[in-house]
Amino acid sequence: MPTAILEPPLRSDPPAAAPQTGRARSRPPLLLVVPAVATAVVALLPLVYLVLRAFQRGPDVVADVLLRERTAMVLVRSLTMAVAVTTACLLLGVALAWLTTRADLPLRRGWIVVAALPLAVPTYVAAFAWLSLVPDLAGGHGFGAFVVLTTCSYPYVLLPVAAALRRADPAGEEVARSLGLTAWQAFCRVTLPQLRPALAAGGLLVALYVLSDFGAVSIMRFDAFTRVIYTSYGSSFDRTPAAVLGLLLIAVTFVLVWLEGRSRGRASYSRLGQGGARTAPLVRLGRGRLPAVGLLAAVAAVTLGVPAWALVYWTAIGTSPDTDWSQLVGAAGTSLGVAALGALATTALAIPVGVLAARRTGRLPRLLERASYLGHALPGIVVALAMVFLALTLVPGLYQRLPVLLLAYVVLFLPLAVGAVHASTAQSPPGLEEVARSAGSGPVEVLRRVTLPLAAPGVAAGAALVFLTCMKELPATLVLRPIGTDTLATRLWTETGVADYAAAAPFAAALVLLAAVPTFLLTRRAGR
Amino acid sequence: MSAALRVRGLHKAYDSPVLCGLDLDVEAGTLVTLLGPSGCGKTTLLRLVAGFDRADAGSIEVAGALVEGPGCHVPPERRRVAVVPQEGALFPHLSVAANVGFGLPRAERTAARTDQALELVGLAGLGRRMPHELSGGQQQRVAVARALAPGPSLVLLDEPFSALDAGLRAQVRSEVRASLQAAGATAVLVTHDQQEALSVADVVAVVRDGLVVQAGAPWDVYAHPADLGVATFVGEAVVLAGEASGDRVLSALGSLVLEARGLHGAVDLVVRPEQLEVDPAGLDTVAATVEDRVFYGHDALLRLRLSDGTSVTARTPGAALAAPGSQVRLGCRGGVVAFAR
Repeated sequence: MPTAILEPPLRSDPPAAAPQTGRARSRPPLLLVVPAVATAVVALLPLVYLVLRAFQRGPDVVADVLLRERTAMVLVRSLTMAVAVTTACLLLGVALAWLTTRADLPLRRGWIVVAALPLAVPTYVAAFAWLSLVPDLAGGHGFGAFVVLTTCSYPYVLLPVAAALRRADPAGEEVARSLGLTAWQAFCRVTLPQLRPALAAGGLLVALYVLSDFGAVSIMRFDAFTRVIYTSYGSSFDRTPAAVLGLLLIAVTFVLVWLEGRSRGRASYSRLGQGGARTAPLVRLGRGRLPAVGLLAAVAAVTLGVPAWALVYWTAIGTSPDTDWSQLVGAAGTSLGVAALGALATTALAIPVGVLAARRTGRLPRLLERASYLGHALPGIVVALAMVFLALTLVPGLYQRLPVLLLAYVVLFLPLAVGAVHASTAQSPPGLEEVARSAGSGPVEVLRRVTLPLAAPGVAAGAALVFLTCMKELPATLVLRPIGTDTLATRLWTETGVADYAAAAPFAAALVLLAAVPTFLLTRRAGR
Repeated sequence: MSAALRVRGLHKAYDSPVLCGLDLDVEAGTLVTLLGPSGCGKTTLLRLVAGFDRADAGSIEVAGALVEGPGCHVPPERRRVAVVPQEGALFPHLSVAANVGFGLPRAERTAARTDQALELVGLAGLGRRMPHELSGGQQQRVAVARALAPGPSLVLLDEPFSALDAGLRAQVRSEVRASLQAAGATAVLVTHDQQEALSVADVVAVVRDGLVVQAGAPWDVYAHPADLGVATFVGEAVVLAGEASGDRVLSALGSLVLEARGLHGAVDLVVRPEQLEVDPAGLDTVAATVEDRVFYGHDALLRLRLSDGTSVTARTPGAALAAPGSQVRLGCRGGVVAFAR
């Protein structure tokens, strides 16, 4: 499951006089600093370049693009969609989270998995499925995009809220009940406020997801930012408008991230006092059990059943004994290869940044980590655009070659890998590294013999997550893929674009099956 | 005997000063305990000696070689100073044998070498286990074996027994002490537990406010504390006001013999609870009322009120306790220590 983090993991504040913390105060080794700085520069490059490109022809041109009526329309349309989907996801996410963590559902653990599963469905697969069954969903009214985005992204609310519900100390609710509140009042006045950070973080993720999504809006032909940027980039010789719109989209996402940061406020949501919290006893639903199960089943039918049925139906129609499998196998091979390389490059670059951030105090490591987290707020289409400009200016020979695509993956998915490295490194006490130093190992040897072996399982999980995400990525792959090559995702997009659903289905089915393997491994790991 | 560790004028401040010109000498082959309340700077001292942090001023010599000083900072891996952290900190991804062999050069990481080191701490044959398969006390002894294996000039132990439960602590403590002695190692052990400091050390160094205020043999520090603070921190103490006149002091306990002569005027005098005896034979006594008693089995503590209202504590044999409210006679055996007010 994707780690839902938009900022470097929170660390405990350094104690006032901190001889015991064991975070080294000496200068960090150059072996880590040099690659970490290089990685941060790579992460910042697209944004810097996009700004340069947008203002290349002067601020007048920028103002001209920004003040067009069409730009305002796109902005309003995108924001409306973001608000609508986020609201729907918050309602759905909280309801399902409460049911699966606090209510005595039959097969409760099974429902938890089922409710989180839509996360594994790429929006363009869901969009293909819905469109192939109900063609009227496409269009400027946006209903199709709304349905697809909501069903694919509500787990971003469900997962943090369910985790918060599991963590919340039931003693608070019990005290409220003993003071005369009804169960519903206690939920609203005690439990819900405790969920606020989870709601804000989950809501932000959904909003960012909606703003940066390309697959659903382009297949559903809804003119949100990403689709307009893509058409503007593809149809016009002048690419300045695309760059300006990309910057505007980034500005919107930054405002959202900033708002979420402010909404956290100053209240402390951690448990006070010592000792482990009990888990809350399950609420007896009684006669409400049937409607509750009905709701969960309906959600599963809409989020999972529809795509599954469409895939099976169209694959059955689209394949015949004389189907040419070589294209499918070729695209699958490309998908796997490109994703593996992307995961490898991203993880390798993330290690120095993550280890430094976990082990060193000071401004530089924090700055480097912040820079590497930028990708979280950058939509794939915008990064792709920036990479095109970058390649064309700096190394034209690399345009539409593999390295540029990999670089885009690095920028986009570095946060996932850095988060995994940071968290898994921070899990082992720094005292271990000090003992190793005292036992005669230099900094590099300590990294090789202690730090990395200990962090290895977490880092591998991070790499698997990046692999999965690369394989599902659409817009950057579409724009930057080497000429003449196709991945499963791009073929699916192309065939859906010409309404050849039978031809698209095998690619979608292969993608879902291949993505299921790392998803399964990651869920099993998280379950332990 | 040569100095294994020589610390001179060590200064270190984080947000506020922690070490303020600390001096310390450790002779080769001895076990020194640094005793002090938490926050007194003893862990900081250990981290500076190990090389994990840099000193603001002052110098550190290990086995005669300067490792920390103005313009000099030898990295931890080249100091030949081994550490045993709190809770052992064994490498969880390595077997016990690999943990013990961690600091050895590659060629010397043999089974024979690690077995030898494990034997020293009484854990021969456990080399194939993983750390999580050992008990807390065993983990701590493996950490000691790991520290001793490369033959360091100095071993630093940072509250190594604090994570163990009370019953196990004394046992592991004496086992570790025996291993250190068998290896002929020089060791510095940090603790805030005065019983631990007194029972394992060759030398106790009392640290307060970033300075070593007194260093000496455990009995010496206990019987002849340098000041009132050391007296009350090391061991239990009854502090009474008194009037000294050369070799005797007059207090609520009557006229007592002074350990050191030559003190006159108002003093604070220190009586250890085990010096006070209830209804003793052959001692001058004063009247006292039993207020409370706490029974420990092997002995008991009595809280008594003297005629002038002063409250004192006496350690008495566990048998035949006087009941609260009863009147007794109280005497003080041996000389007392006093400090001018």
